[in-house]
Amino acid sequence: MEIINGYPDYMRESINEVVKTRQARLKKTFTPMTMDERKQVLDKFHPDYKAEGKRSLAIGPNKGKVTLSEVADLLEAHPIISPKDINLSQIDYDVDVLIIGGGGAGTVAALWASNNGTPVDKILIVTKLRHGDSNSMMAQGGIQAADRPQDSPVKHYLDTYGGGHFSNKPELVRRLVTEAPSIIRWHVTRGVLYDRDENGDFMELSGGGTSRDRLHAAKDYTGMEILRCLRDVSRNRKIPVLEFTSVVELLTDGDRVTGAVLYNMENEQYSIIRARATILATGGFGRLHVQNFATTNHYGATADGLVLAYHVGATLRDMDTAQYHPTGAAYPEQLVGLLITEKVRGMGAQPLNIDGKTFVFPLEPRDVEAAAFIRECYGRKKGMVTSTGMSGIWLDSPMIEILRGEGAIEKNLGAMHRMFQRFGIDMRKDPVLVFPTLHYQNGGVEIDVEALTSVEGLFAGGEVEGGVHGKNRLMGNSLLDYNVFGRAAGISASEYAKKTKPGKLSLKHLEKYEKSLKDAGIKTKRRAPILLPEYRGKEALSRSIDIDKVVYA
Amino acid sequence: MPDKVKTKMIRVHIMGKEHLVPEGLTIMKAMEYAGYRFIRGAGCRAGFCGACGTVYRLKGDYKLYFELACQSAAIDGMSLTQLPFVPANKATYTVRLIKETGNPILKFYPEVARCVSCNTCTKACPQQLEVMDYIQAALKNDIEKAAKLSFDCIQCGLCAIRCPAEIAQYHVGQLARRVYGKFVKKSNQLNKRLNETNKGKFNSELDELMKMDKAAIKQKYTERDLESLAKKK
Repeated sequence: MEIINGYPDYMRESINEVVKTRQARLKKTFTPMTMDERKQVLDKFHPDYKAEGKRSLAIGPNKGKVTLSEVADLLEAHPIISPKDINLSQIDYDVDVLIIGGGGAGTVAALWASNNGTPVDKILIVTKLRHGDSNSMMAQGGIQAADRPQDSPVKHYLDTYGGGHFSNKPELVRRLVTEAPSIIRWHVTRGVLYDRDENGDFMELSGGGTSRDRLHAAKDYTGMEILRCLRDVSRNRKIPVLEFTSVVELLTDGDRVTGAVLYNMENEQYSIIRARATILATGGFGRLHVQNFATTNHYGATADGLVLAYHVGATLRDMDTAQYHPTGAAYPEQLVGLLITEKVRGMGAQPLNIDGKTFVFPLEPRDVEAAAFIRECYGRKKGMVTSTGMSGIWLDSPMIEILRGEGAIEKNLGAMHRMFQRFGIDMRKDPVLVFPTLHYQNGGVEIDVEALTSVEGLFAGGEVEGGVHGKNRLMGNSLLDYNVFGRAAGISASEYAKKTKPGKLSLKHLEKYEKSLKDAGIKTKRRAPILLPEYRGKEALSRSIDIDKVVYA
Repeated sequence: MPDKVKTKMIRVHIMGKEHLVPEGLTIMKAMEYAGYRFIRGAGCRAGFCGACGTVYRLKGDYKLYFELACQSAAIDGMSLTQLPFVPANKATYTVRLIKETGNPILKFYPEVARCVSCNTCTKACPQQLEVMDYIQAALKNDIEKAAKLSFDCIQCGLCAIRCPAEIAQYHVGQLARRVYGKFVKKSNQLNKRLNETNKGKFNSELDELMKMDKAAIKQKYTERDLESLAKKK
């Protein structure tokens, strides 16, 4: 098999078809789907709409609610600690505001708790990897904010609500869109370098399902640029962070959340924290690989926050859906599942089948676009199949250079260009192969407009919470979400902490949880939260023994 | 469709220990295949977080190579180690209070003046950035150039660990970008919109949307005009 500029000859045949149709396609675009057409393709081809991928929860506040099986498995599982092993009388950390998760939402929450008057030494961020390790760091395409004269928060509201199939909590959407411009202002005053035109206004693009060009980007490193800047602010302010430390269980006084059990990932010791207010900012669930999809998510995206919240009785919502990003890399093998930003389509690249033909409007909402890709690959068998058996869609990236001038890719899509270049592919000259990849947890722990969950003392911001996006999130609304609701959670928790006293610490809710498992007849060895995914090789694992357990069992 | 090819196995030396792994895996996945479970040394797994900086040599080659374990394929005969953490002091500053006169970089990172222009940092950068050039720009108080050249930095720290002048380049880049942000022209559109939202300009329209029944709002949604489509016509 001969490889020419990164692609084997059998793929080159199809690329030739892409090249042949390119000139004619430059001026034409595929018609967007009607609502009926959207429904048809979703019903038949979107993974969320398959009944076998989900089940009705047997226990807890969402009992009877249909939930993705991979999530239900974690909720219908034993806690990983047992109350009898934990000494709650020795308090190691005593704070006003505990923030679980050191990604975007956690960092924003900490900054705003501090802005709201909580002393920095009374704030603690606990994160199981490093400060900043998160999906927020990996977001590429942009953040939505309606600040152009031809746009408005009203249009942003309508796009978001319709994109979410009218299942979002309206009051959350309203806060999201109304505060968006103020978030951009906050960022630029802190030094976030968004792409600007010569007047100082932002260079904005459309995303899937947006009716206006509204995405503010920093090349294709938008998430990284925002978070490394905010993290720098947090570090200058000396907000304490415990890295490589996870929360394995929340503590309550019976009614409200009063602290947590921490677990040092490296020396495997636990410690106890008492907190007047607690914020969940644990992010999403991509590393659960829902329906065996590859994922764009970071290593720690294992739904820990959902489990912690559910153990103390918090209500979840929209857990029957997952977001599959239409354009995950499908070739080369080393990159499979990694994100190809929607900005590639926003800048003009069209999705094409094996014959080099268009089959879908490039900027449908993500679920619709992903379903159309799956239909093309598996329903119509018009995908480009690789040597590993993966079927994919061409994304005609060279169109960007033709439409926007030579150098447009290097300037605006540096991360993408670099990623493919590492494997010998030049996306300026050749299209890239894509297939939907697990990207985002649409739903989560239900919050109100002040970022309070259904349990007193427990707040949530960012991907872990649910309601903002309903059953499908639009591009550019996740960075916005973690800023708006991270800020809301930080301020609300800070306010709550000011008027409450530290509470008693107990793990009694675990006994109740165990009882509900037993009453529901659930017999399982599963334990949760899982903290990190298991990726060790099968052969290596088959010979693995746990010496601690052998000796002390 | 091509025939499936049987996977070839290759030898990699992970911190001196030899392992047989399938060809075509990233260094990160090769280590996992061999039985390593990451706590440090893995983050985003997509080339954005800088957690998996890796140093290696190839058989019969004196050169040191620098890569991200998640973004490069394991090579037969390679001998590697990860550098998941780099000790480097970050200066403490308040960007708002930084004055336009003087060189703010040298104030907070005086060691930048020790740069000997050896270019070792540039060679160590897995992002192929012109690291030495942005340090030299910072030294000359060309904040804009330092900010722009360092923009794609993922802060893995491989530059800092190689620097004979003991500069923490990636922290310098962060400061340069934040200071540069102070001098960027303000957006009038944004200011105008903030004034409008502060005055509650959109409140009544939003009230109305929130009160609409599902059928009415669905109708309104389908009737939207798409800017991205209008431009094509």
